Amino acid sequence: MRSSALSKKTLVIIGLVASTFVLTKPGAAADQITITSWGGALQRAESQAWFEPFSKTTGVAVNEDEYSGDAAKIQAMVETKSVTWDVVDGYSTWVNRLCDQGLLERIDWNKLGLNRSKFIDGDMYECGVPSVISSSVVAYDKDKLPDGPKTIADLFDTKKFPGKRGLEKTAAGNLEWALVADGVPVQDVYKVLNTPEGVDRAFKKLDTIKKDVIWWEAGAQPPQLLADGQVVMTAAYNGRIYDANKNSGKNFAIMWDAQLPGVGNVWVIPAGGPHLDDAYKFIAYAASPEVQGTLTKYIPYGPANKDAMEFVGGEVLPWLANAPEHMTNAIKTDTAFWNEKGDDLNQRFTAWLAQ
Amino acid sequence: MAATVAQTAGSEKNMLLRAELRRSERWGKLRAFALVLPLLLFLVITFVFPIGRMLFNAVHDDTLLTLMPRTTAALAAWDGNDLPGEQVFAALAKDLRDTWEQKTMGSVAVRMNYELPGTGSQFTSSARKASTLLTGPYKAALIQIDPLWERKEVWNFFKRGASPFTAYYLLRSVDYQYGADSQIVATPPETAIFRDAFLRTFGISVGVTAATFLLGFPVAYLLATLSPKSSNLLMILIVLPFWTSMLVRTVAWVVLLQQNGVVNQALVGLHIISHPADLIFTRFATIVAMTQIQLPVTLLPIYSVMKTIPPSHIRAARSLGAGSFYAFWRVYFPQTLPGIAAGCLLTFILCLGYYLTPALVGGPSDQMVGYFIANYTNKQINWGLASALSALLLVATLLLYYVFNKLVDVNRLKIG
Amino acid sequence: MHHLADRRLVSSAYLGGSAQSDLTRRNKCSAGQAPALGITGMPGANDAFVKFSDVQKTYDGKTLVVKKLNLDIARGEFLTLLGPSGSGKTTTLMMLAGFEVPTQGRIFIDGRAIDNLPPHKRDIGMVFQNYALFPHMTVEENLAFPLKVRKRGKMEIKDRITRALDMVRLGDYGKRLPGQLSGGQQQRVALARALCFDPNLVLMDEPLGALDKQLRDQMQLEIRRIHKALGVTIVYVTHDQSEALTMSDRIAVFNDGLIHQLASPAGLYEQPQNAFVAQFVGDNNLLRGKVIDMDGASCTVEVSGMGNVHALVINAEAVGRPVLISLRPERVKLNPAPGSLPNTLNARVEELIYLGDHVRVRVSVGGHDLVIKLPNSDGVQVHEGAQLTIGWKTQDCRALDAG
Repeated sequence: MRSSALSKKTLVIIGLVASTFVLTKPGAAADQITITSWGGALQRAESQAWFEPFSKTTGVAVNEDEYSGDAAKIQAMVETKSVTWDVVDGYSTWVNRLCDQGLLERIDWNKLGLNRSKFIDGDMYECGVPSVISSSVVAYDKDKLPDGPKTIADLFDTKKFPGKRGLEKTAAGNLEWALVADGVPVQDVYKVLNTPEGVDRAFKKLDTIKKDVIWWEAGAQPPQLLADGQVVMTAAYNGRIYDANKNSGKNFAIMWDAQLPGVGNVWVIPAGGPHLDDAYKFIAYAASPEVQGTLTKYIPYGPANKDAMEFVGGEVLPWLANAPEHMTNAIKTDTAFWNEKGDDLNQRFTAWLAQ
Repeated sequence: MAATVAQTAGSEKNMLLRAELRRSERWGKLRAFALVLPLLLFLVITFVFPIGRMLFNAVHDDTLLTLMPRTTAALAAWDGNDLPGEQVFAALAKDLRDTWEQKTMGSVAVRMNYELPGTGSQFTSSARKASTLLTGPYKAALIQIDPLWERKEVWNFFKRGASPFTAYYLLRSVDYQYGADSQIVATPPETAIFRDAFLRTFGISVGVTAATFLLGFPVAYLLATLSPKSSNLLMILIVLPFWTSMLVRTVAWVVLLQQNGVVNQALVGLHIISHPADLIFTRFATIVAMTQIQLPVTLLPIYSVMKTIPPSHIRAARSLGAGSFYAFWRVYFPQTLPGIAAGCLLTFILCLGYYLTPALVGGPSDQMVGYFIANYTNKQINWGLASALSALLLVATLLLYYVFNKLVDVNRLKIG
Repeated sequence: MHHLADRRLVSSAYLGGSAQSDLTRRNKCSAGQAPALGITGMPGANDAFVKFSDVQKTYDGKTLVVKKLNLDIARGEFLTLLGPSGSGKTTTLMMLAGFEVPTQGRIFIDGRAIDNLPPHKRDIGMVFQNYALFPHMTVEENLAFPLKVRKRGKMEIKDRITRALDMVRLGDYGKRLPGQLSGGQQQRVALARALCFDPNLVLMDEPLGALDKQLRDQMQLEIRRIHKALGVTIVYVTHDQSEALTMSDRIAVFNDGLIHQLASPAGLYEQPQNAFVAQFVGDNNLLRGKVIDMDGASCTVEVSGMGNVHALVINAEAVGRPVLISLRPERVKLNPAPGSLPNTLNARVEELIYLGDHVRVRVSVGGHDLVIKLPNSDGVQVHEGAQLTIGWKTQDCRALDAG
């Protein structure tokens, strides 16, 4: 009798285990998505603020992947119908171009359940949901350069600040800075840049420091260039500078004059991805006011959802691009301009670099 | 009579024998073929096919033909002088509506931007506005929507699109493009970079090849003549870097050559220079790093040929009255030519395809064709141009190899 | 003789005019009766064309590869350095050529010390075992090489090449590359190249080692013919004793860094001065024994199981000392007339080996095996198992050091 009681108990346990297994297994197989972001400090912050909490609250497992911000892989995936990325932290400069080519899903805001009008630049993207505000700024090492640059003109002044300076290897941002340094008021920058003479003027100004520039391509490079003493100052994303100070004990400073705040990061869904519903679920989660703001706990990139501002913590405020004292002479990145002229100007920029 | 019979029997026997031989040889051949078949398939699938596809991309682009079918067809009758007539504009309006509905106007815009920079966004906005344009006359209406449709180069562009093949990418990769009347004109100087890039690529490759040869030849000689014990050690030292990844070696050069790197610190510390020199992100750094990476590639074939030259040749030359240099130059050196040719050719061809090292240690004006191929593949997403550049590089390489083979007497260079 | 030898290849009569010089040389270089281990050349020391004087060589500072070498080579002589590998013969040649430097001692050519003379100034032609033809040059270019270095005129070069090629019977092969020739042809080209610039001295380092037997025999005669025709001095290195015997005026037998005997081929064969030479040159029966009596030039040696043997004293020190007796197989007679020979013994035929021109008979005598060569002139009337008597003369039997 004893043995049969035991076996009964065993059977119950086996049954319980089996039933959980049977119940959970199909769920686990279906509910997982692959989110691709930029790696480094940004992706670490996103993972802590968004990916992990999302998994916990919804039960959808998140696989992370990294890319360098180039759209080529998305295009290749979609064209060969082998999409493995469900959500991509995309970049504003190419989102509309890929959207027009049918490479990205059009966002159904009703399905998303979010108020499009609350998003900065929300109406600009048919295929994207604005994520965070970041800014291109000029940064320097306060330990090595206690009396750092004050205006964007100092970036172009090799007499006052001899040495190399780091710039991003792209037309966007550099052309604006060149014009402001050449005396164009920040509010007129895109008006001037919209004329052939303005473009020539910008390139001419860039010519003056061409031999003193170290060009970088990945956001993680500028803090490294500063740390190695390769450059006296460098263009950088404000979040990366904050991260270097916070996590690597650096004493880098940001010069906010003529900073280029804008919606850099835009959530996109490559067309034909395998988990469309979960991708929507994730974007709805990460872009919701109470969640989007939490990223600032880890990296000073402000939310694109205006409703999320009230959830932003105090410690990080001085590092945010849209803090009022930083906005006095800011160039608001004109995404529409770059969507229209980006191809043309980048071709010219590539040629200019190589000459 | 008997003899003839015997002869016939003999020839029959011979034929039988021959058939037998053929059968056994056929088996051998089949077996040999079966053995190489996997490799052959592998090569076809992973090498011949992708490269063929890539080369095809350089001349094939049916974007306009498939996305603007009516316009390109209607333009066939257009003489190219005045603006096309209403019938063409009607076709255009219908095509524009289609692209808007099927959300393919972006692809046409991208294609347009390649050849007519800045027109892409005009096309997109035309498509948006034309989606409501349901009745004619279309000509005036479309020109009203965007003056783009008054430009002859735009119409010529679409007319060229009637063919699924285009020479645009190849033209562009040698700094030519189509003018307003589809004539071939030079690319404006501010965007003409590819001829320079090719010249630079060849220049750097020649420089690196020469440097590896000058540095590698004496070392190879030393290796070939030293006692086995010391030459083994030296060989390990030479081959050791070969086993490290190219990325690691390149990054090591970044560490060495940067502003506050080892080399600059040493030079400043020794008071040779007062300020750190610009070493990294220069042509100098590119050539130094590439030379280091390529050195074993040049050296090893030279060494293996030198190994086969008996020491008695130099001795014979000396005993015949030649001084040591004359003996080396007239007897030893010519015999190393096959190795030199193999090593240098290998290095030169590998150099032509360099991308990573110049990208990491070179400046923006030191980039080789490989960089532009990567740039147009990954960043600009202009795969046609990337393919054209690759195709040109491939053809140039093959051509050089052919010329090399013609110049160097192959019979005399036969190894072994 | 000097002036004759000097004319050599330039002399158009080189093929015919050499008989006299050859004769003269033969007389001068007659069998060297020099005492073993202490060698002097036949010609007077002042007369020597090449002279090694107390030459030593070591590579590692510990072992001497060449020990105290004194050797004189006469002008026009064909001297062979014979020995097993590692005996120092090649090192000796390389020192003469200038590719190795003596650790001690001096070398003279024509009375002039050449210690500081680099190889290309020594005016020595050299032939190597692997021919060392330059594979990227045609046969003609190979032959022109030493002439061009010497800045000879175009016509002269052409003339000399033609004659040198004719000399080695390769007149039609001038335009070919060495790789297109057979081994024997290549060696003939190498020979022509070493001779065409009229060197005073030609060194040959095992030049026939890579050829098959038939070709080797043919080339031996060829080299011998050319040597006779030109009267050039040749120093020839080989480990093949039959080659040495065929070609040389004199042979220096090397072992362990020393010359063990320097003599004419006949002298070497007939009168080996020590056990090593006796063993190394030609076939020999060697018997160990002890001297029991000495009587001037001859002695009596007790060989255990065989009894007493009368032998010539060559290297036997004193009564009671062990010796090695050497006896050439062809000097043993079968069934000699009783009393006709001082050494007569009973033997039993153990084995017969038929070798065409002769038969080797292995007999057993008192527990010792002896080999006897019988010429196959009118049939051999022995058979295995036969009992017979054998005998030999005292002077055919040499008592040498115990080896």
